[in-house]
Amino acid sequence: MTPKELFRLTLGVATASLISTSTFAAQTNVAVAANFTDAAKEIAAAFKQKTGHDAVLSFGSSGQFYTQITQDAPFQIMLSADDERPKKLISDGLGVPDSRFTYAIGKLVLWSRDPNLVKGEATLKSGAFSKLSICNPVAAPYGAAAVETMKSLKLYDTLQPKFVEGANITQAFQFVTTGNAELGFIALSQLTGNNGGSRWLVPQNLYKPIRQDAVLLKKGASNEAAVAFMAFLKGPEARAIIGKYGYAFDSTS
Amino acid sequence: MKNLPPDIWIAIRLTIELAATATIILLIVATPIAWWLSRSRARWKEAVATVVALPLVLPPTVLGYYLLVLLGPSGPGGLVAGLWGERTLAFTFEGLVIGSVVYSMPFVVQPIRNAFDALGDRPLEVAATLRASPTRAFWTVAVPLARPGFLTGTVLGFAHTVGEFGIVLMIGGSIPGKTKVLSVAIYDYVETSQWHEASVLAAGMVVFAFAIILSMMLIDKRVARVGE
Repeated sequence: MTPKELFRLTLGVATASLISTSTFAAQTNVAVAANFTDAAKEIAAAFKQKTGHDAVLSFGSSGQFYTQITQDAPFQIMLSADDERPKKLISDGLGVPDSRFTYAIGKLVLWSRDPNLVKGEATLKSGAFSKLSICNPVAAPYGAAAVETMKSLKLYDTLQPKFVEGANITQAFQFVTTGNAELGFIALSQLTGNNGGSRWLVPQNLYKPIRQDAVLLKKGASNEAAVAFMAFLKGPEARAIIGKYGYAFDSTS
Repeated sequence: MKNLPPDIWIAIRLTIELAATATIILLIVATPIAWWLSRSRARWKEAVATVVALPLVLPPTVLGYYLLVLLGPSGPGGLVAGLWGERTLAFTFEGLVIGSVVYSMPFVVQPIRNAFDALGDRPLEVAATLRASPTRAFWTVAVPLARPGFLTGTVLGFAHTVGEFGIVLMIGGSIPGKTKVLSVAIYDYVETSQWHEASVLAAGMVVFAFAIILSMMLIDKRVARVGE
């Protein structure tokens, strides 16, 4: 490549990057609890269409994100799977006070690929399976809800040797979809559009409601896209999507 | 220093057991492969060498994904597990051993092959003129002369298995005493903000890695001096 060609190429690249940043759209980085993956993608697409802003999503367990945010991760919003961690982020001075709200209430479900396996709590009592998939109960709220359910049913000690743990709810689900575990506790939202297998929607009296809170982080307080995303998440379009994925809403909000 | 929870000791023991088992199997499997790669004149032998070396470049997630499918009920692993009434080899110690052997293979094959290459043909020709059978020549001439290669392969295979993370996370299921090895335990501690436990284990791993690499370098140096 001659110096002249190189110069032209550099000029071309520089011009292209100028053009792409000269639009008015802003961008925000959002940490999303894994159970909310599909809903968040759909919300981000609707958000882009309505506002032109980009919400860049990262998926993982709430515990993992909490740890990363305390270590200065570049997230501007956290959509947690619980309300504890957003509260803690605010008291740590990392979240914007008063920005916290419950965007969804999660539902726990026991699911198997086998259409005849899951028949309600009797299936858990029978113990007729070798591996039960859950996600890490300390890092992921759905894992904690699963443990709480089994404790309510007084089955925790007998079932515990059969646990296999995913690092987050997506992995717990993947253990069941690949058939490596016969059944597992997952989020109802993960079964959206999937009528296969057999399932038991765990009754709400067996575990504390999974209140999933969003919090605007201080890093996003002055970012136009981040503030707009928080508002959009409360609005009717986002709520329609959230409802479609099987989440409930806070009656007080 | 605060007392460490007992599950750390369980994880340490498990990790050593896994690395030791994998290393023994690796030596058994890697030696004939390395010998063949060193001696064969087949034109496609470098293709085989490449397959053995693939784990050096592939992300652990690629191996983890294939293993999850292959070890599971719809793959060959499910058939094998069926022999003792299980459904899958994932989430088992045996499954991790299989994963570790694949993952650490290049670290054992390569140094042994290099050592065999360095022998040249002459020692074996001399053995043949003394009427040693090829098998006898292999055990009494090639293997003893290639000892530094075996030593390096053993140390690297063991150490690399101890350092394995991605595959174990994907196929292990984090079961204490069975599949929750040190690297996964550290990941869990960090995810759940248990800094004390995480930092003790992490520092221990740094010391371990330092000792391993230093000992490798000292072995190399000594071998070079003996060769002079």
